[in-house]
Amino acid sequence: MKQSITLGKITKFMGLGFLSSLKDLFTGKLEKEDYVNFLRKVVVPLASVLLFIGLWHMGSQSLYNIEAEFKIEKALNDQGPAAAEAMRECIASGDVSCKPNTLPSPTQVWDSYKSLLRDHNIISADKAAFIEKTAALNEKRIAEGKDAITYTGRPSFVDQIFRSLKTVFAGFLLALVIAVPLGIFIGLSPTLKSSFNWFIQIFKPVSPVVWYLLVFMIVKTLLIDSNEDSSFTISFISVGLCSMWATLVNTAMGVSSVDKDYINVAKVLKLGNFQKIFKVVLPSSLPLIFTGLKITLSVAWMVLIAIELLAQSPGLGLFVWEEFQNGANDSNAKIIVAMFVIGIIGFLLDRLMLTIQNWVSFDKTDAI
Amino acid sequence: MAYLELNNIYKTYGQDEHATEVLSNINLSIEEGEFVAIVGFTGSGKTTLVNLINGLLEPTSGEVLFKGEPVQGTSHERGVIFQNYSLLPWLTVGQNVFMAVKEAFPKKSKKELNAIVAEYVEMVSLTPAINKRPKELSGGMRQRVAVARALAMKPEMIIMDEPLGALDALTRGNLQDEILNIWGKEKRTALLITNDVDEGIYMADRIIPLRPGPNATLGPEFKIDIERPRDKTEMNDNANFKQTRNAIIEYLMDIGNERKSESSEEFILPDLSPKDFVNQFK
Repeated sequence: MKQSITLGKITKFMGLGFLSSLKDLFTGKLEKEDYVNFLRKVVVPLASVLLFIGLWHMGSQSLYNIEAEFKIEKALNDQGPAAAEAMRECIASGDVSCKPNTLPSPTQVWDSYKSLLRDHNIISADKAAFIEKTAALNEKRIAEGKDAITYTGRPSFVDQIFRSLKTVFAGFLLALVIAVPLGIFIGLSPTLKSSFNWFIQIFKPVSPVVWYLLVFMIVKTLLIDSNEDSSFTISFISVGLCSMWATLVNTAMGVSSVDKDYINVAKVLKLGNFQKIFKVVLPSSLPLIFTGLKITLSVAWMVLIAIELLAQSPGLGLFVWEEFQNGANDSNAKIIVAMFVIGIIGFLLDRLMLTIQNWVSFDKTDAI
Repeated sequence: MAYLELNNIYKTYGQDEHATEVLSNINLSIEEGEFVAIVGFTGSGKTTLVNLINGLLEPTSGEVLFKGEPVQGTSHERGVIFQNYSLLPWLTVGQNVFMAVKEAFPKKSKKELNAIVAEYVEMVSLTPAINKRPKELSGGMRQRVAVARALAMKPEMIIMDEPLGALDALTRGNLQDEILNIWGKEKRTALLITNDVDEGIYMADRIIPLRPGPNATLGPEFKIDIERPRDKTEMNDNANFKQTRNAIIEYLMDIGNERKSESSEEFILPDLSPKDFVNQFK
């Protein structure tokens, strides 16, 4: 019993309250209220998902038809009725060579998803075999002081996801390390605030693409002697610089707007400056700082795709771009798969930050 | 020489044409070991007066002398209990008190400090809640934490700014007794700001009404000659109590009436009457 209470609490805490109503369904303790809740939190969202897929299916079907009609029309005008008939048959047979290229249907996307997973399994098996094969040789090479041979094959879709996560977290950490201390200083000192304000106001709205180009100019020169691929460095720095503004502004605001009561307490207790900052100012601005960090993480994930694409840094962004350039018959479906993966990961990252935020926050109105 | 002295205090907020004089010509002297209450309407400048005494604010003119020395900034010698508790919500009861004790006695070891914390938390009977955060406590418990925090610093004078204003009558009564108890035990000088005349009479040796602001100033003082320990129920029948209470309330009422007659502005209301629904249908 106790365990189920904590489970309910945890799911609610993480903003996944619907899970607890699912749990009630399975444990069978249902009252009228629970049915209403169940209907609202499980059945209605599920229905809306089904509706979405249905609309998507119909939409892609009609787009397919438009594209097909156009192809047949074109064949008729250019080459005559015989070619048009051939084209019609070709499209009906589902042959790759004349397949209309448009929005893929849900089933195609699902198939692509499965094929991407299959591809991942093949590649990881390949990788494992390669590592096994070269293990003995590598040991020998390391003993001789040479570099080990590494696997240089194509990364799978899952590998790309992890590369993207790595980039986003590196960028997020960079934003955290720059924006939080800077925000604290700006919030504490009105002089610093007025001297940095123009800077923040001007750079905040700059687009990710421009940030990328700026970072590229600088990093390229700094790493001029290095032979290593700098695309990862460039992309994570751009992500960090692009997304840090929310944290910077929120931290500065939180620090400069600490409740006057707390400041009075600090004064009456005669806390030193250091103590005042760490015991009073920072804890009371933590909720705002975390709101900033939450926005930063979601912005980082959003701009990551564009920046990876520009920087040619391996990851989901590059995956999407390569599939688009590739133009294979299932490329469009793969792009949609990537879109959903990006969306779902973004949602999970947001929930992660929300959980941490709930953890560190306190309800101010409760305390006074 | 009085223990705490306020000489010709004026306090103005804002400047030039926006200036509002909140306090004017405040003179007050409190002897050591005395319990003085200042009673006033809400918004009459009570909190400003308190902040002048504890050092959070500086007077525009005049001087505040504590033990003969002008007050400059806050001091551990004057403990403050705030109107809205002002506990730090991210710290537990024990941590809130510990923070104050640590600042007051920087030379003591952690063990000694913890002993002081435990002693004062026990004094306000909150030992079972020592590891709870303020939001898990009721209003009365929070105010007791604030009392413990102020007293644990062992201040020579304790300044209370409407400490019980937000509490219900029962909790209020209990806490009044607790504060009196502690005051009686350690015989510190105390200044209580309140809007409750009964509370002032029950707790203080002297009551001074604050004439409402702007330009708030202190009225004539009323001595309370009721022996301690005082009993609430008995006090209600005490002739001395009744007399003092009536005198103070009369004084405050007069001020209120004076204020009303002072406002000469007349509001002309439109000549309207409700529609006659009954005749309408005839």
